[in-house]
Amino acid sequence: MSLEQPRRDTRLDRYVDTYAERTHGLKVSAVRALFSVANRPEVVSLAGGMPNISDLPLDIIGSKIGELIATRGTQAMQYGSGQGEEMIREQICEVMALEGITGHPDDITITTGSQQALDLVTRTFVDPGDVVLAEAPSYVGALGTFQAYQAQVVHVAMDSDGLQPDALDAAIRSLRAQGRRVKFLYTIPNFNNPSGILMTLERRHRVAEICREAGVLVVEDNPYGLLSLDADPVPAIRSFDAENVVYLGSFSKTFAPGFRVGWALAPHAVREKLVLAQESATLCPPVFSQFAISTYLATWDWKAQITVFKDMYRARRDAMLDGLAEHMPPGTTWTHPKGGFFVWVTLPEGLDAQALLPRAVTNRVAYVPGTAFYADGLGSRNMRLSFCFPTPERILEGTRRLGEVLDAELEIHAMFGIDSTPHPHDSASGPGPDVI
Amino acid sequence: MTSEKVVVLAGGLSHERDVSLRSGRRAAQALRDVGHDVVELDVSSSLLARLEELGRPVVVPMLHGGAGEDGAIRQALELADVPFVGSTSTSARVAFDKAIATPRVAAAGFATPRQIALPDDMFRELGSPTLVAALGRRLGFPMMVKPARSGSALGCTKVERVEDLPAAMVQAYAYGGVAVVETFVTGTEVAVPVVDLGDGPVALPAVEIRPDSGVYDYTARYTAGATRFLAPAELDQDVADRCAELAVGAHRALGLRDLSRTDLIVDGAGTPVFLEANVAPGMTETSTMPLSMEAAGMDLGHVLSSLVSLARQRGAGA
Ligand SMILES: Nc1ncnc2c1ncn2[C@@H]1O[C@H](COP(=O)(O)OP(=O)(O)O)[C@@H](O)[C@H]1O
Ligand SMILES: Cc1ncc(COP(=O)(O)O)c(C=O)c1O
Ligand SMILES: [Mg+2]
Repeated sequence: MSLEQPRRDTRLDRYVDTYAERTHGLKVSAVRALFSVANRPEVVSLAGGMPNISDLPLDIIGSKIGELIATRGTQAMQYGSGQGEEMIREQICEVMALEGITGHPDDITITTGSQQALDLVTRTFVDPGDVVLAEAPSYVGALGTFQAYQAQVVHVAMDSDGLQPDALDAAIRSLRAQGRRVKFLYTIPNFNNPSGILMTLERRHRVAEICREAGVLVVEDNPYGLLSLDADPVPAIRSFDAENVVYLGSFSKTFAPGFRVGWALAPHAVREKLVLAQESATLCPPVFSQFAISTYLATWDWKAQITVFKDMYRARRDAMLDGLAEHMPPGTTWTHPKGGFFVWVTLPEGLDAQALLPRAVTNRVAYVPGTAFYADGLGSRNMRLSFCFPTPERILEGTRRLGEVLDAELEIHAMFGIDSTPHPHDSASGPGPDVI
Repeated sequence: MTSEKVVVLAGGLSHERDVSLRSGRRAAQALRDVGHDVVELDVSSSLLARLEELGRPVVVPMLHGGAGEDGAIRQALELADVPFVGSTSTSARVAFDKAIATPRVAAAGFATPRQIALPDDMFRELGSPTLVAALGRRLGFPMMVKPARSGSALGCTKVERVEDLPAAMVQAYAYGGVAVVETFVTGTEVAVPVVDLGDGPVALPAVEIRPDSGVYDYTARYTAGATRFLAPAELDQDVADRCAELAVGAHRALGLRDLSRTDLIVDGAGTPVFLEANVAPGMTETSTMPLSMEAAGMDLGHVLSSLVSLARQRGAGA
């Protein structure tokens, strides 16, 4: 080639210098890329949190939706209210009553899944640098949203009874002493994603009290509350504190996620801001989806449907616990969730769930490394296993494959006598449909 | 223009599935742009039957890592009498394995890092502390630890201290049973594609790689904007010529066919040092091979189309 050739000097992205600061953290990660293999049928994916909706009466829903378009299509396919349609807000009050909540339709803002409610709440409250408190571990999608608004997430310890009130109290005090602004506590009291832990009633009262006294808002995210598999339902925090709680609900797990309908129930002043934020984000949440769900709630025995779902998930949860008991190497521990979708595994000392994911993928099984659920790089000894989507047989097979992977990794570790201090990781996984 | 049917094979079950899908998409579009009737297929149990149904058109494998690059799928195509673009299964198997390819390129007279290849069970049999200490003495620090059979820098770690060596080995073994440990080469990182359009292998312009983070890892490779590329590389002409010689030399020494890409580092003395040769160079939006073609005034679609014609003439199983 001749010397005279013009040299191209490029970063292959002409907008590199134009992006907002909050965009800079958004990078491609090898861990995330591995999940594209996880979705192949050859792989038993215990990674994704997709609900299993194959038990829904699809033919009946289909005909109802056809009827909806034929009879009320001009309304259902028109723009709607920024707050969401009145009829569905009324029906949501009935749904929330099952969790002990008395709410008024006026205080509900409909959102595009509860994920968008998280976005609206965060944008309403958080300036860059503000602190958001969250359980350790907490939902990857919420952490991603907080990060997008440049919040600093401070994790608060949990145990088998849920968030630890003393740790919460101490965290708030020490952050305040440092002059940091704590905006809200984000909590998933029912069957926490990823740990599956259910917060006790006593703890809920204590948490509400600590936050009320400290002037810290509680954001209570509750997509799994109605999916209790064998726990007595515990009343929502919002059921005894209407003033200091923004409550988030969703139809994704009790009906179907594709409609993208969730909601926020908020104190009046906050609700006004959420509606304005919703209007600037979307003008109005999807009207057609709201009509469809409203029709479903009005014409189908949705409570019986939830019972059907619960029976199905219970069998899967049991298969996973059986499989783990049979196949996990000594030194491994895991939670025994009484509801929701997830089991949280703690590996024997020294093992790193993120580092061994490639070995798992080679052995055709996938999970989400625990580091995804921490904003601070912790969680390397943990993995989240979902029992919601694969059949019980596949779950058993998945735990068997996982057992082989852990045995092989342990053997390598034993050979090297590797030090057992856990290694912090960059938070590699952002939110995404593969890992929610 | 031609409306000849071609199959772009992308995806697969390797750790680089995502990269492969990106490469496949771009290659398929480039072939469509020059008039081909392109069918995109993933690897699955119905693949060979599908190819049969389609009348055994020429396959353009855009698979990275695992069975897609180690010769296994190419072997299956050869068995099924399906013509394809690129290296044979035999040479792919050699080139994909760094523990085999590096010594071969060294034997052909080119500079390579000093390399030691270690299967994981060696450590089991011989005990790790002695082996680890010996590795440190033999190669010195910093050193590079890599899986012998992998790509996209997955499982690769630069190791500065002997204490960090075991963790790096464990990380490499997560990708496969053999790891290679190499002396670390400091210098300018460069990729040199080679294309053979029927008149023998020719090197395309070297592309210089300057990752913002200093490390050309997975994130630096596939996050647009995270790496600065210079095409052609900012090298003295004689050094550029030697890079080209190395790339063509490696292509020949490994018995590669149609296209390849050699990754190398020009060290402080201006010597191009071979790192590896790829039988399935990436064709993603941030890959170096398409950049190099552009710098050479070539069009990706036309190059691939010519290689498709050559593969068709060559016929199946050849
Ligand atoms: N011996 C070495 N010295 C310095 N850097 C190296 C060495 N080997 C590999 N690298 C770095 O690691 C990256 C990946 O290594 P490479 O051998 O190209 O494997 P892969 O098949 O994963 O692309 C290279 O792009 C280079 O930045
Ligand atoms: C704790 C938690 N919050 C929110 C969501 C988002 O749900 P959606 O946006 O579908 O309502 C999920 C989904 O997995 C979740 O687990
Ligand atoms: Mg390379």
